[in-house]
Amino acid sequence: MTAHSNYRELFEAATHGVAKDWLPSLKIAAIEQFEAIGFPTTRDEDWHFTSVTPIAERIFRPVRSSGTSLTSDDVARFTYGQEAWHLLVFVNGRYEPSLSSFAELDAEAQVMTFSEALKEAPELLAERLGTLAPSTQAFTALNTAFMADGVVIRVPKDVVIETPIHILHLTDAHANGASLHPRTLMIAERGARMVLVETFATVGGGAYFTNHVAEVVVGAQARVDHYKVQREGGEAFHVGTTQATQERDSIYHAFSFATGAQLSRTNVYSRLLGENAEVRLNGLYALEEAQHGDHQTYVEHIAPACSSREVYKGILDGTSHGVFNGKVFVHPEAQQTDGKQTNKALLLSEGARVDTKPQLEIFADDVKCTHGATVGRLDEMAQFYMKSRGIGADRTRALLTYAFAAEVLELIELEPLKAALEGLLFERFIPPETA
Amino acid sequence: MLTITNLTANAGGKPILKGISLTVNAGEVHAIMGPNGSGKSTLAQVIAGHPGYEVTGGSVTYEGQDLLELEAEVRAQQGIFLAFQYPVEIPGVSNAYFLRAAYNEVRKAHGEDEVDPLEFLDIMAKKLKVVEMDEAMLQRSVNAGFSGGEKKRNEILQMAVLEPKLAVLDETDSGLDIDALRIVAEGVNKLKRPDNATIVVTHYQRLLNYIVPDFVHVLAQGRIVRSGGKELALELEERGYDWLLEPAGASA
Ligand SMILES: Nc1ncnc2c1ncn2[C@@H]1O[C@H](COP(=O)(O)OP(=O)(O)O)[C@@H](O)[C@H]1O
Ligand SMILES: [Mg+2]
Repeated sequence: MTAHSNYRELFEAATHGVAKDWLPSLKIAAIEQFEAIGFPTTRDEDWHFTSVTPIAERIFRPVRSSGTSLTSDDVARFTYGQEAWHLLVFVNGRYEPSLSSFAELDAEAQVMTFSEALKEAPELLAERLGTLAPSTQAFTALNTAFMADGVVIRVPKDVVIETPIHILHLTDAHANGASLHPRTLMIAERGARMVLVETFATVGGGAYFTNHVAEVVVGAQARVDHYKVQREGGEAFHVGTTQATQERDSIYHAFSFATGAQLSRTNVYSRLLGENAEVRLNGLYALEEAQHGDHQTYVEHIAPACSSREVYKGILDGTSHGVFNGKVFVHPEAQQTDGKQTNKALLLSEGARVDTKPQLEIFADDVKCTHGATVGRLDEMAQFYMKSRGIGADRTRALLTYAFAAEVLELIELEPLKAALEGLLFERFIPPETA
Repeated sequence: MLTITNLTANAGGKPILKGISLTVNAGEVHAIMGPNGSGKSTLAQVIAGHPGYEVTGGSVTYEGQDLLELEAEVRAQQGIFLAFQYPVEIPGVSNAYFLRAAYNEVRKAHGEDEVDPLEFLDIMAKKLKVVEMDEAMLQRSVNAGFSGGEKKRNEILQMAVLEPKLAVLDETDSGLDIDALRIVAEGVNKLKRPDNATIVVTHYQRLLNYIVPDFVHVLAQGRIVRSGGKELALELEERGYDWLLEPAGASA
């Protein structure tokens, strides 16, 4: 029996009875596809530096218990101090209305959990779900087969939602040994604007596996700012795929902040379908001890005159291993493509390692595409300069590390989130002032 | 305050300082002059504790302790300050944060309470006047994108904040126009007290018109080849250094 064939059994059990109304054909197709392709191996080009064996060799079951012991105080630790934001809390993959708070949205905008969407907008689900993120990728197939809950957001034409929507995925001790397959579908119609924050964190969840998929449709002239904060527990596994499509003159900004999980893989993909669209994919990750964190971006320039900007930075300590793979594909029709990618890693220890691979595939002739990748250590001159002003070795190291990260955090336009993430990094790198 | 005896040191495996002896007492200003490459910055960096320079012999005593035993940050906390010939840029760390961190470390070392950001702003308002700098520079990253003159002024600002006992100014005058030179020199003079001392490294006499030294030493080829009063600087201005240099292979 191969590692992944267990999932058929789990699938039968999960879909038996409970999920009859759950887009069954999509799910069945997905489990079949997953069975056919199986988990990726390091022989797959896109997984060369990341082995998912620790995920594949375990059997993660759907969470059994329902109900939660988490309180609003637990939730408050992860809301960036923003009580005014729309907040949808999921605990162990299930929506928790009692922990969520939801102000009135603009009249026609819709924010629904999947179960609501099945009742209120089944045609929307049928039409869109799974069309952006296809089941040709193993983890996406697995998510589609097992997704039990999630969020559907539709912002109609020219509607601007000023207040950010925060989807907070929390786990508690019941998640230990379980897999969670949350799903997000977000549709910004022509000229619509919205800000989405997705946070993954734990309040003592043990060795669980989050496998998230987000599909994002950015209509013509629409703008979506999409922040993902991955702070899973140290024993956890996290695989997340965000797949956007962009129509003409749209702007999509995705920011990924990742410090959690023993093994994580974060994919952020955008397909530029309409002229003059702009995509910005930025990220910061910090790994320590034996953590493994892999980020993959893929920008597909399909229409002409689109621009892509990417800045990713990684900070690696202990024996951690970081991977960054930034792909840009320029189709023959995508003339006047303007692409720029920067990727920097800072190694804080002898044992830390990073593998980075920018990949440009360009089939148009009138394009401007650049990329730069650097891997470095803390600047010796700067270290001595700070010490010569009385600042001790630990604090010097911490300050310079923080400074390295600050540059990419500057790209976050959502001020309270920026401040909160700066605070998190500060705590992590800067020892308290009073010894 | 500082006693250097027969100090020898290597840079990049090569002997650079070849037996330096120098005594500096509280209240004194010493000028160290000499041609490029003679080892002036090496001496300054060794005093500050740069780990890249290897001391191979001799001793340095500061306030009765073996200075060479102390880490660079401890030296700074105990009152040693080096104004760098080439101040380092630190993108991402604001001047305000940097200065306050340094100030608090020095206070802590003296058993004093740390100051919070607001108190520190008050202190800074006074210090900025010493070097005629604008408050806006506090929000900029340390030296990042500063002009040569701004960097040098920032060094003196740091000195004003840390109030060292022994300040070593390494070519703080180089690259400054006459106005900036005046501001920097006046800043140094304002910080002068009977219980502190200054070593001014320069290869022009110009700065010494503003910061008047008690002693002038000529460092050449890793040795102090001549010491004298402030008139020695004027003589050097007139005659250059050649008359003091040993021809290769010959002895004086
Ligand atoms: N880190 C280093 N590695 C190798 N050589 C060095 C280093 N620092 C200084 N030197 C050499 O030591 C000599 C003295 O340099 P320096 O002390 O900077 O002179 P000065 O400040 O008097 O101009 C020069 O020949 C210089 O090239
Ligand atoms: Mg020099």
